[in-house]
Amino acid sequence: MTRSVFMTVLRRDLKLASRRRIDALLPLAFFMVALSLFPLGVGPEPKTLQEIAPGIVWVCALLASMLSVNALFNGDLADGSLEQMLLAPTSSIALAAAKAAAHWLLTGLPLIVATPLAGLMFGMSAPAIAALALGLTLGTPILSLLGTLGAALTLGLRSGGMLLILIVLPLATPALIFGAGAVGMVEAGLSASGHFSLLGALLICSLIGAPVATAAALRISTE
Amino acid sequence: MALAPGSVTWLRGRNGRGKTSLLRLLAGLSSPADGEFRVAGQTLREGGAAWRSHWLYVGHQNALKDDLTAFEALRFLADLHGMPADAAGLAQALKRMGIHNRQQAPVRTLSQGQRRRVALARLLLSRSVPLWLLDEPFDALDADGITALNSVISEHAAAGGCVLLTSHQALSLAHPVPSVFDLEPYVCA
Repeated sequence: MTRSVFMTVLRRDLKLASRRRIDALLPLAFFMVALSLFPLGVGPEPKTLQEIAPGIVWVCALLASMLSVNALFNGDLADGSLEQMLLAPTSSIALAAAKAAAHWLLTGLPLIVATPLAGLMFGMSAPAIAALALGLTLGTPILSLLGTLGAALTLGLRSGGMLLILIVLPLATPALIFGAGAVGMVEAGLSASGHFSLLGALLICSLIGAPVATAAALRISTE
Repeated sequence: MALAPGSVTWLRGRNGRGKTSLLRLLAGLSSPADGEFRVAGQTLREGGAAWRSHWLYVGHQNALKDDLTAFEALRFLADLHGMPADAAGLAQALKRMGIHNRQQAPVRTLSQGQRRRVALARLLLSRSVPLWLLDEPFDALDADGITALNSVISEHAAAGGCVLLTSHQALSLAHPVPSVFDLEPYVCA
């Protein structure tokens, strides 16, 4: 039963995104455009670009994820769908998890797929690109889970967008630090397994905590 | 206040008297500062999330997504609430509400009354749900729509179901004769 609410909401969100493909592509477009602006702004010196690449890719991924998070529940709140989803005879945690999963599939996954291209653009080595992609694979679900929580907390507030950024970005900084740090370790010829372990731990904590907190926040926001 | 099986209760009160708030309280969307609400002797807290399958709430908003077709939007609501719904059942429900000829049209292209019909077609899939909480169900419906809805409500009551609804228009429901619950005496100054 819980799985069916999860799948129902997930399938609907993916279908809605497929009906608005341009909107769905916005985070990916932002990611690629922002990345391609850095060589123009910083200068085309390959060594500098290689050094700053991991940090830039991570920051752009973080901002691209936040771009679509604000709209996660707003439409459903406005047309009454959210009320109906909260009234489903199962726990709302499945709903919160489905929303985060849909956000990751529509935002996080395309960013991971585009990462090798971004790495090549900055002249990164193959092992460094692999470390970057692995870091993002562990890190983007964290961003989606935290973003969903932030969106639920700020739902219906007048300047919710601003508040959302202020809530989520500090929570997401550990993922940014360890994700970008892992690539630095690989480039220095050291093992990055410690960084990946910490990213994994962060992911597990957000997987356990965020959907529960999101469900509670949704109930408060719609009251 | 008690709602008996087979009864239809018309919740009345002027604008801003708290009709919608009361329905939302009963549906479990907000929690009361005082008092409790029992369905079949159990509160939502005692019964857990699964207890919500004992009632159905159709709010002021239709809960239909603009980008889905009428058919898809209804199927989503049915799936969400774990109602048995195959394609034929959904089409039948839409037909009963007189909207089957537009079932493949995006919700965005439907008029307000047509959207209301799609939202209310859910009632036909929820005959096994004992308690229906309907907020302004007659809103935006034309004479045909009102007749269709009246017959659905009558059937539900005849099968032992129970309906609590609000309406600004006078009810034209003949069977059963709705009992009126007026909120005016309960309003704090």
